[in-house]
Amino acid sequence: MHIVVCVKQVPDTKIIKINPKTNTLDRRSAPAILNPYDAHAVQEAVKIRNKTGGTISVLSMGPPQAVAVIKKSVEIGADLGYLISDRAFAGADTLATSYALSKALEKISKDNPIDLVICGKHAIDGDTGQVGPGIARRLDIPPITNVIEVSEVNKEEKYVHIKRKQIDGYEVIQSQLPCLLTVEKEINDIEYAPLTNMINAARYEPVIWSVNDLEDVDKTQLGLKGSPTIVGKMFSPPKLEGGKRIEGSTDSQVEQLMGILMERKDLLKIKTANS
Amino acid sequence: MSEKFDVIVVGAGPAGTSCAYNCAKNGLKVLLIERGEYPGSKNVMGGVLYRKQMEDIIPEFWKEAPLERPVVEQRFWMMDKESVVQFGYKGLEWAAEPYNNFTVLRAQFDQWFAQKAVEQGALLINETVVTECIVENGKVIGVRTDRPDGEAYADVVVLADGVNSLLSKQLGFHREFRPDEVALTVMEVINLPKDKINDRFNLEGNHGTTIEIFGDSTKGNLGTAFLYTNKESLNIGVGTTLSSMIKAKLKPYELLDYLKKHPMVRPYLEGGESAEYLAHLIPEGGFNSVPRVAGNGVLVVGDAAQLVNAIHREGSNMAMASGQMAAEAIVEAKKDDDFSENSLNRYKEALFGSFIIKDLEKYKDAAHTFETYPQYFKEYLPMMNKAMSKFFTVDGTPKREKQKEIMRSVTAEKGTFKVMQDIYRAWKAVK
Ligand SMILES: Cc1cc2nc3c(=O)[nH]c(=O)nc-3n(C[C@H](O)[C@H](O)[C@H](O)COP(=O)(O)OP(=O)(O)OC[C@H]3O[C@@H](n4cnc5c(N)ncnc54)[C@H](O)[C@@H]3O)c2cc1C
Ligand SMILES: Cc1cc2nc3c(=O)[nH]c(=O)nc-3n(C[C@H](O)[C@H](O)[C@H](O)COP(=O)(O)OP(=O)(O)OC[C@H]3O[C@@H](n4cnc5c(N)ncnc54)[C@H](O)[C@@H]3O)c2cc1C
Repeated sequence: MHIVVCVKQVPDTKIIKINPKTNTLDRRSAPAILNPYDAHAVQEAVKIRNKTGGTISVLSMGPPQAVAVIKKSVEIGADLGYLISDRAFAGADTLATSYALSKALEKISKDNPIDLVICGKHAIDGDTGQVGPGIARRLDIPPITNVIEVSEVNKEEKYVHIKRKQIDGYEVIQSQLPCLLTVEKEINDIEYAPLTNMINAARYEPVIWSVNDLEDVDKTQLGLKGSPTIVGKMFSPPKLEGGKRIEGSTDSQVEQLMGILMERKDLLKIKTANS
Repeated sequence: MSEKFDVIVVGAGPAGTSCAYNCAKNGLKVLLIERGEYPGSKNVMGGVLYRKQMEDIIPEFWKEAPLERPVVEQRFWMMDKESVVQFGYKGLEWAAEPYNNFTVLRAQFDQWFAQKAVEQGALLINETVVTECIVENGKVIGVRTDRPDGEAYADVVVLADGVNSLLSKQLGFHREFRPDEVALTVMEVINLPKDKINDRFNLEGNHGTTIEIFGDSTKGNLGTAFLYTNKESLNIGVGTTLSSMIKAKLKPYELLDYLKKHPMVRPYLEGGESAEYLAHLIPEGGFNSVPRVAGNGVLVVGDAAQLVNAIHREGSNMAMASGQMAAEAIVEAKKDDDFSENSLNRYKEALFGSFIIKDLEKYKDAAHTFETYPQYFKEYLPMMNKAMSKFFTVDGTPKREKQKEIMRSVTAEKGTFKVMQDIYRAWKAVK
């Protein structure tokens, strides 16, 4: 079983600041981390490999510093890592990103055919959730998004059973292998890695490919040139205002609350998928 | 399954990283284990990095290390409630290579330094706590961590786990430190624009100032405070021995608050934005508290060995130098393939022959003297402020008469003999 996980280096958006003048992310203000969803993707690959055996490779596109997220993935339990890094990839939108990643996946699969690709649900910076499905489309394999459980992997008969998150529950799917999953955080808990993984990661040096190492690449589909997305305008959403605070004695608080609820009956409606 | 290394270093502060760097540079297989998210993530220092000991490890480090400002001025304040007597030195020779010392932010500096050790070939792992040394037949043969399958083995384990080293305590190298052997220090990083800092401290470009503050900064208790300039922030902190704090019922954050609001300090901080609040212990027991530093398969370096000169606020440099001496001893021990205490005692010999132990020995009674005789901080500093005020106030009294009056008021309060005795005692403690 060969599982490839796509991992992206992102700024830690919990701390990142927005430059108020230009409305762009001040990338220096936050450390770069492994996209949190991708950490769960790697962890899920580890869980699967522990049952089926095989190899986990991780793939990232980014600047040379993105080696750090590959090492982090090795900590979690990946075996191999590939970084595609080249000026030609810079400024890519989701279309160009998924093109470049799919070309790298094709090359990886020549050595060791890929049975399963796993991505995060979305990257916490770009936030589109389009790269996973974009890759699947190009590799012509089924994309299965919002995965919350991989309940069965049968590598002999080449199928998987998957639970997909829905607004009002979940959906159970059987899919062929190979396929591509994008995973939610609730799919697993990141485990505290064994010491040997930490030592392996500290020592690990990933394979780094430039654009010329990939095969059959149409360079016009890469990077800024290959990105039809035009960023019109960026703005920070207005700050959320704190809710109203009810104060006073318990009795008076209850009274006030009842008053609000009687006035705003809509607050009591239970949300359903259709409403 | 568990791997064996030549050396395992516990703690990626200046001591551990220096040791790992020098071992790796000499071709040894080194594992450096740090519990923080990254080296420096939890480390605290007022911020003065001394050029000399760093340069001994990485020549011309200032060309690439993340430093804040080269220090061109050092001021010392004897502070009372509404006054301060100051002296200091500013010299532009300190603004050019090879510099004297620098202010640094440890979160950045430690990370950079550890990366240098990695470039030499050391393996660094973060987010891993060493819980104990593995001891077999009276010899340390490795460490146990909090991770699954968490054992790793080595010929030598270097304990660079900082003040309050739990690991050397487990080995019985030292007892629990007494409250008068450690200082509790709190500090804050306050963001302030560069031009404001340069205006307030009368600085040009990237030049920096350090101010050490004695007296009312600790409400007269044994301790000091500091105010250092970074590129775009100030480090302000204050600490006293734990015993003083307990005795005077001081709360560290209240003391820092008091200092920040002090009329002599306040104007420097005006409009600044608090960015970080940190608290840390400093080992201040000095010479008399230095524990056992070598055993079979194990060495203790840096704060873990209590190597801090509290009077001169030197710690990081002693940490680095001790780490380097430990590395040299290990390289020699490796040649003989002998990692017994006897062989590793080369480190102890080097340490005791160096400036580190000599300096600690010089001041071995200082803290004790100042703690036992609180008059220095509580009485003489305010007296000095009053004397200066009197002397420089122009009120028609002849200067000679003023001098006499000042002497009279000092001795009247304490008696001539007592004053002479105090002066002699203080001189003896620091001579
Ligand atoms: C409107 C818009 C404006 C943008 N503006 C900028 C900008 O100004 N500057 C800028 O730097 N970026 C910008 N981007 C982001 C950039 O285009 C995306 O980061 C990139 O194409 C990936 O898309 P995403 O972040 O939405 O990933 P998603 O589709 O949300 O990611 C899903 C999953 O795909 C995988 N994945 C995504 N990217 C990678 C990767 N590089 N390597 C490996 N796996 C990956 C991961 O598994 C990830 O969890 C912008 C994007 C959009 C849509
Ligand atoms: C407020 C303050 C101001 C100071 N000002 C100065 C100054 O201006 N100049 C100066 O030279 N010195 C100063 N010092 C002293 C200086 O900070 C220390 O002497 C120096 O940091 C000692 O280095 P070290 O490597 O021995 O210990 P530390 O820097 O404390 O490093 C110990 C490392 O070990 C790690 N660790 C601990 N236990 C474990 C474990 N079990 N497993 C794994 N990792 C572990 C810690 O996370 C840490 O990274 C100051 C200290 C304080 C508190």
